[in-house]
Amino acid sequence: MVIQTLAFYVFALLVVFAGLSVILARNPVHGVLWLILAFLSSAGLFVLQGAEFIALLLVIVYVGAVAVLFLFVVMMLDVDFAAFRAGMAKYIPVGLLIGVVLLMILGIEIGDWTISPLADGQRQSVAPMVTESHNTQALGQVIYTDFVLLFQSAGLILLVAMIGAIVLTHRRRDRVKRQDILQQMYRDPKRSIELKDLRPGSGDKL
Amino acid sequence: MIGLEHYLVVATILFVTGVFGIFLNRKNIIVILMAIELMLLAVNINLVAFSVHLGDLVGQVFTLFVLTVAAAEAAIGLAILVCFHRNRDTIAVDEVSGLRG
Repeated sequence: MVIQTLAFYVFALLVVFAGLSVILARNPVHGVLWLILAFLSSAGLFVLQGAEFIALLLVIVYVGAVAVLFLFVVMMLDVDFAAFRAGMAKYIPVGLLIGVVLLMILGIEIGDWTISPLADGQRQSVAPMVTESHNTQALGQVIYTDFVLLFQSAGLILLVAMIGAIVLTHRRRDRVKRQDILQQMYRDPKRSIELKDLRPGSGDKL
Repeated sequence: MIGLEHYLVVATILFVTGVFGIFLNRKNIIVILMAIELMLLAVNINLVAFSVHLGDLVGQVFTLFVLTVAAAEAAIGLAILVCFHRNRDTIAVDEVSGLRG
């Protein structure tokens, strides 16, 4: 129990510190690296709660795909990031004001709430005991039965995102030799091969 | 003993950090996108915390969809960013005024 408490505080502090570093980082590349740390430590928080599947999904999808995508884009774009920070001090007061107000609102909310006694009866899909089936198995049994339509639409969203990203960033470049398969197939020997009779030593021009 | 409130506090701080980040870096669209990712992460922490606390798997299923949508959003957002940078040679948010909105 002590180790769990300790692990929670370590991961929680790491998440908060990494989150603050993301928004304060001078160099966006460092920001992305802090973002990766934030994702990894919140995956640790999920493991502590017993949601291993979501934790590993976070590591694979976020750290493996989204963060690397960010890293690629940040490194690819030739932008003077220091120029963006020029007017930053101007926005600190209003940002702090809104942040503090939001924090107070959410703090009031966290400080005063109770879970309704009816909440247990309203559970859609009750999680099985850990001894019965582990987290991944239980989630799979729910996703592929009760939430199959949502699962399919999630796949559709990813497909749309993939096609959208390709369409947006793809461009036809000139002066690039490409293989034209149809042209290759329609090419026939009669038009592309010419046979010439050459006498030895005559020096004919081809 | 670590309870539900502890996770909610972490999620709250992370969410407010994301909101603050949007105000702080409001010229740099890459950092804005990263701040949005932080906010979505805070929402995910909330969902998983409640899911585990109540013993209901729906919260974790919902987290899955939030993850999906966040990944799609990041991909499309960065694609638009790359496209914009190619056309205008800048990514400053102030410069994005092509539609005169």
